[in-house]
Amino acid sequence: MKKSSGKLLEVKNLHVSFQTHGGEVHAVRGVDFDIEQGETLAIVGESGCGKSVTSLAVMGLIPKPHGKIVAGSIQFKGTEITALSAKRMRRIQGSDLSMIFQDPMTALNPTLTIGSQLTEGIIYQKKLSRQAAHQKAIEMLQLVGLSNAEQRMKQYPHQFSGGMRQRIVIAMALICKPSLIIADEPTTALDVTIQAQILELFDQIQEETNVSMIMITHDLGVVAKTADRVAVMYAGKIVEMGNKRDIFYHAKHPYTQALLNAIVRLDLPSDTLKPIEGAPPDLFAPPQGCSFCDRCPFAMEVCRHVQPPTTAVDDHHTADCWLLDKRADAIRQKVEIY
Amino acid sequence: MIHSRDMQEKTTAQNVPEEWFRLLDRKKTVQQTLVRPSVSYWSDAWIQLKKNKLAMLGLGFLILLGIAALFGPIVSPYSVTAQHLTLQNLAPSASHWFGTDELGRDVFTRTWYGARISLFVGVVAALVDLLIGVAYGGISGYIGGKTDLVMMRIIEILYGLPYLLVVILLMVVMGPSLLTIIVALTVTGWTGMARIVRGQVLQLKNYEFVTASKSFGSKPWRIVRKNLVPNTMGPIIVQMTLTVPSAIFSEAFLSFLGLGVQAPFASWGVMASDGLSALLAGYWWRLFFPALFISLTMFAFNILGDGLQDALDPKLRR
Amino acid sequence: MLRFVLNRFLAMILTLWVIATLTFLLMHAIPGSPFNNLNGKVLSDAAVKNLEAHYHIDQPLPVQYLIYLKSIATFTYGPSIKQPAQTVNDLLGRGFPVSFELGMWALVVAVLTGVVLGIFAALKHNGLIDYLAMTLAVLGISIPNFVLATLLIQEFAVNLHLLPAGTWQGLAYMIMPIIALATGPMAIIARLIRSSMLEVLTQDYIRTAQAKGLPPFIIVMKHALKNALLPVVTVLGTLAASILTGTFVIEKIFAIPGMGKYFVDSINSRDYPVIMGTTMFYSALLIFMLFLVDLAYGWLDPRIKQSKEGSK
Repeated sequence: MKKSSGKLLEVKNLHVSFQTHGGEVHAVRGVDFDIEQGETLAIVGESGCGKSVTSLAVMGLIPKPHGKIVAGSIQFKGTEITALSAKRMRRIQGSDLSMIFQDPMTALNPTLTIGSQLTEGIIYQKKLSRQAAHQKAIEMLQLVGLSNAEQRMKQYPHQFSGGMRQRIVIAMALICKPSLIIADEPTTALDVTIQAQILELFDQIQEETNVSMIMITHDLGVVAKTADRVAVMYAGKIVEMGNKRDIFYHAKHPYTQALLNAIVRLDLPSDTLKPIEGAPPDLFAPPQGCSFCDRCPFAMEVCRHVQPPTTAVDDHHTADCWLLDKRADAIRQKVEIY
Repeated sequence: MIHSRDMQEKTTAQNVPEEWFRLLDRKKTVQQTLVRPSVSYWSDAWIQLKKNKLAMLGLGFLILLGIAALFGPIVSPYSVTAQHLTLQNLAPSASHWFGTDELGRDVFTRTWYGARISLFVGVVAALVDLLIGVAYGGISGYIGGKTDLVMMRIIEILYGLPYLLVVILLMVVMGPSLLTIIVALTVTGWTGMARIVRGQVLQLKNYEFVTASKSFGSKPWRIVRKNLVPNTMGPIIVQMTLTVPSAIFSEAFLSFLGLGVQAPFASWGVMASDGLSALLAGYWWRLFFPALFISLTMFAFNILGDGLQDALDPKLRR
Repeated sequence: MLRFVLNRFLAMILTLWVIATLTFLLMHAIPGSPFNNLNGKVLSDAAVKNLEAHYHIDQPLPVQYLIYLKSIATFTYGPSIKQPAQTVNDLLGRGFPVSFELGMWALVVAVLTGVVLGIFAALKHNGLIDYLAMTLAVLGISIPNFVLATLLIQEFAVNLHLLPAGTWQGLAYMIMPIIALATGPMAIIARLIRSSMLEVLTQDYIRTAQAKGLPPFIIVMKHALKNALLPVVTVLGTLAASILTGTFVIEKIFAIPGMGKYFVDSINSRDYPVIMGTTMFYSALLIFMLFLVDLAYGWLDPRIKQSKEGSK
């Protein structure tokens, strides 16, 4: 068998659907990306674009029985994890692959002590003794910058502030020394000042442990601070992917451009702030053509009928847009994509 | 349309017609996004409830029972109270479908008459609970602060009262009668409703739409009527469907202990209590029918309540 | 924590006092003297006066009230009016242990089976086990315990001769009354556990636990169950109350020599000391249980202990 190219994680053509009262929702519709050791990939998009579902799929946490990985492959360290039994998957979850959830206020169990929640994973996964796990947990709390770690272990979640809880959640994700951490909007629920501290902490941790990260966020500020590479998601698909420079300075997809235009920038006159008109398409019945077509200022006839292919801009930058097609050269010049 | 359906299906990224590469006139494009028809809360709840076959079964049974209770005793050729000493303890037959009791009274007729009393007790108890509970809980939650604290302490004390003992004591004092039973059931019964209403009010009070109507200068009563009442209806209806059977059950329980409705009136509880002693003599029908209808009614109310809970809970709808 | 316990304890005493006062007032609102018709004999006015003096009924109401409160505090209720040879304490001492044994067994059976059924139903949500368990639960709630008791007697004692019915002489005699009494509360608990378990299983912290790779069994037992038990603990007090009063009916059907008979008799014969004594005793017991429930709640949910209010 061909060993996959040394990538830590490779996701190919991932499709995830949910059964709901209203019918089947195609939440993720063919997503491809990969991550190398030590790298941070940011997945950006509006709420409901499928970024969280993608991360849950990688974690093997798609809620059953409503949700299902319909097609595609997820390879983690060369192992196809979509095919693993629940039992084998648990060996990877939390030990080699861990997750930080959005809201630290609800991510911790209110009835168990911090110590018990910190240590249970490593006791189960690495068969550590209670004392060893306790020691390890204290180290982790110190690593994430919590003072008085020894006393903290005996306290309950409600005795901590939001920022401190998020530090605890991060400590929990780190304790088994995973190779990949998925952080799902890790700063969204926090105050702005705390957000900056937490992002700082991520930087510091990555320097110390060389862990890879997937940073799920809707906040381009977070992307700018943390990411090496960026994937922009819209309506269940990655519409543009490149390194940070590509996305921030050479965005090719009208959606990415619209996202960038929607950021408040103090250094520019306020009339350059443009909210994106309209709403994302209904994923009960995804459109036949490009899903951004209805909101796109440069939509062409073709966009309504055929989904745009993934087109390479250069060797590390791709976008799914008909404007990049040779046949649209004339129009591209006319609309002047900047 | 220029292109037929067949052609569209075959188009791929490679063979897209050249003329499709032209900008769309934004003003002319039809909005593709589908807007699903919005349904109102109540009709949506009704649709959900209709899907629940068990709940509809319960509702159907209760409607039939209500009709039978209203018209059964009138239509029946037999009297509820008249005694026929020649017709004692007859087994069910064509002329007496549910048999007769030790005084020769038709059990079929008496069962519908019992339904009247049992349903009356249940419905009135639930309505009184509703009145007191909504007023008390609404005021407590809306005013809040010290008033709320004191009002909730009072509820806590009432909640601590062992309900059946209170009921029994009241029966002793006021003498067994229908009125006593209803008073006794509602003395402690309303606290549950009050708590639910208070909780809902507290939750809703902080919602933006309420703050919004406050800032428009709406009067408190108007806010309660227009915003809070419609939004608290769900849990209240569910609580009521569960109060009715528990009141019916309590009435049966009291009657069984000889503390309920007195002869010649007959509730299901009284009939079952009389039937228990008759069972040993082999007159099974005298216990069976009232017991069956108590159970069926409780069952119907419970499954209807469950169905309503599912249908009215916005959290479960997705 | 200490403050919380103290707070609850004071509330308990207050509730007891309210009950005592209510009982007192209610009893004295009843028209007629209990001595007008004593054991079928009509007494002379002089004899009635004598008896009334003996039971302090001739005193003004406030004095009676104080005497009454004192007797409650010292737990001496004096002799029964109808059977002067026996004090209320004698009756309680004889009848209560039996009622208590029956009630506690029923409570234990109800909680254990209810919790297990509820958990299985929630874990197999919308599966066969769920439907079976919930059908059983709705049936359990729908069938009044006296109906169930008669059905059990008819089937297992009369038809099959498997179990003895009536009286209270050992394990075999206990099975049917306990089942009859436990079924309703069991059904209530099963439904509660199921719905709260389903709710808890959608919580974020459950997903956090799953993300740690913990097996479902540990997640359910350690993370979900404790939270799912909270609503059950809340109703446990009222359930215990309904079981203890429910014993009155079950005792009547199975001819079990518990408190039920004495109590119902005392009501019918207006035996004040017995009515008051039993009411106060049962109230105290039930309120004490509510107090224990509050403590258990505080233990299960660490957030309660901290809050100064401590009651919500």
